[in-house]
Amino acid sequence: MNFYNEYLKYKNFDFDAFFKMITDSDIEKILQKDRLTEWDYLALLSPTADKYIEEMAQKAHKLTVQHFGKTILLFTPLYLSNYCTNQCVYCGFNIKNKILRKQLSLKEVEMEAEAIAETGLRHILILTGDAREIASPKYIRDCVKILSKYFTSISIEVYAMDQEEYADLIEAGVDGLTIYQETYNEELYGKLHIKGPKKDYHYRLDAPERACKASMRTVNIGALLGLDEWRREAFFTGLHANYLQNKYTDTEISISLPRLRPHVGGFYLSHKVSDRDMVHMMVAFRLFMPRAGITISTRESAYFRDNILRLGVTKMSAGVSTAVGGHIQGGENTGQFDIADARTVEEMKEVISQLGYQPVFKDWQPI
Amino acid sequence: MEDKLVIGGKELNSRLFIGTGKYPSDALIPQILEKSGAEVITVALRRIDFDSKDYNILNYIPEHVQLLPNTSGARNAQEAVRLARLARSSGCGNWIKIEVISDNKYLLPDGYETVKATEILAKEGFVVLPYISPDLMVAKSLVDAGAAAVMPLGAPIGSNRGLRTKELIRILIDEIPLPIIVDAGIGKPSDACEAMEMGAAACLLNTAIASADNPVLMAEAFGKAVQAGRQAYLAGLGASVDYARASSPLTGFLSS
Repeated sequence: MNFYNEYLKYKNFDFDAFFKMITDSDIEKILQKDRLTEWDYLALLSPTADKYIEEMAQKAHKLTVQHFGKTILLFTPLYLSNYCTNQCVYCGFNIKNKILRKQLSLKEVEMEAEAIAETGLRHILILTGDAREIASPKYIRDCVKILSKYFTSISIEVYAMDQEEYADLIEAGVDGLTIYQETYNEELYGKLHIKGPKKDYHYRLDAPERACKASMRTVNIGALLGLDEWRREAFFTGLHANYLQNKYTDTEISISLPRLRPHVGGFYLSHKVSDRDMVHMMVAFRLFMPRAGITISTRESAYFRDNILRLGVTKMSAGVSTAVGGHIQGGENTGQFDIADARTVEEMKEVISQLGYQPVFKDWQPI
Repeated sequence: MEDKLVIGGKELNSRLFIGTGKYPSDALIPQILEKSGAEVITVALRRIDFDSKDYNILNYIPEHVQLLPNTSGARNAQEAVRLARLARSSGCGNWIKIEVISDNKYLLPDGYETVKATEILAKEGFVVLPYISPDLMVAKSLVDAGAAAVMPLGAPIGSNRGLRTKELIRILIDEIPLPIIVDAGIGKPSDACEAMEMGAAACLLNTAIASADNPVLMAEAFGKAVQAGRQAYLAGLGASVDYARASSPLTGFLSS
């Protein structure tokens, strides 16, 4: 039994017909409930629910303050390597893209770590492309050993791994995994991932579960928004998060809502996701899973990030460079995508405080 | 009238304990302590950034306030024990609130692992305050394990739902020879007051204060509510009569 069985229950479901059946009164009833079913969540994602976006936002805000307080955890990504063997049509690291390929030496990792730690951040997310011969599990492990001197929480966003590999990295000091399914649509997934190990839909889909089995402390999932119709992607993301949280209660499950950004080599976007759609799916998810974390990255603009901060967000990146070695070397022409909010950690601290929230730098202690 | 709460040999004038995790700014903490009168404050070790100049929460906690580090994030006894030892070696003193939670859905504590951690840490000289669901058998085991107090939840943490577990807490108050501190779930000052009227030794809360529009004013309200409830308990509540004087008494024949 894995999440694919859950996915199959809805794979051929007629979402549009279901949405057409949803009435105002259905939404009003759901908004009165404390605990939502999968069907309630799907109804909240319907076009009918759109006119209730303010009511949903008010409730989402209240639930988030109740469970997380007026706090926003800050972290930054550190790109270790952009070598990649995959051909994913939407990604700047695509093997076909003529970008400068680079992998940080351990000495460079240490220099980047020092520069980031100077900003006060204690949570870091390390990223690589999918090239396990070059950015090998051993290389990642060596980097983690260095980073653990500077950070109290280290998460990875790398290629999908086996359970033993996750366990090995946890032992080295990793406590979080971020991995996006990109799209839950199985057929579309096959088309978007033209070549490379990532083409295996099932191996990717089960990666978060393998990390849970390895006792990963936090697992963050998501769909890359813009690849397919957002209501379905939001539904499957919530379904997946709920499945994992129910089955692996000792892992904290959270989601990201990454919206596609332009990158070197183009800008693949087949389904536009508006700001309103983003808010809609965020508040619906918060009502469905009140205790789950929600991460918003610098893919979003400063204006949008400042305004959605109160609607359910619990974690934000700051001082971001998507380039390899970008924190001290600049790292031109190695980035995965263009960021939209280039504010420094110091600036983010100020803004969050001004909005009446506490920027949190440390929320984990290696045990 | 002298009415001090004594835990781990320390005399406390206030029976309100407060948390720290959810404030819009840690700079509010000194005012919250002052207005509420609280003398014990719990801080998650995972949140303390000992190396930070600007964001070390300990900088906001006055000397006279008893620090109660907690093991938030621990999923089993072993992790709780390691966090407790780390807290003590980092200079956070020897009080520890044991929080062992392996259920991220409802955040309900694991009684079995909590007892195990309490036993180990009490032997090491910690003043152990374990957080539990109000279960009599777990509470009895905690007494044997050397706990300094027992902290049952009034409702699931962060729920602000009030004293939903009232009947079970009442049993703990009657049966357990340790201070019973109601921790979690208290939503309103009247909930805290009710717990104190029942004979709880103290209340610990965070969300209800932190999520108020004016946390400092709410802290003051809780300080008063806890005090009022305690005084009512000490004064001895009058019996509440829930039967009317019947016009045709059933025992009237006895006097005829």
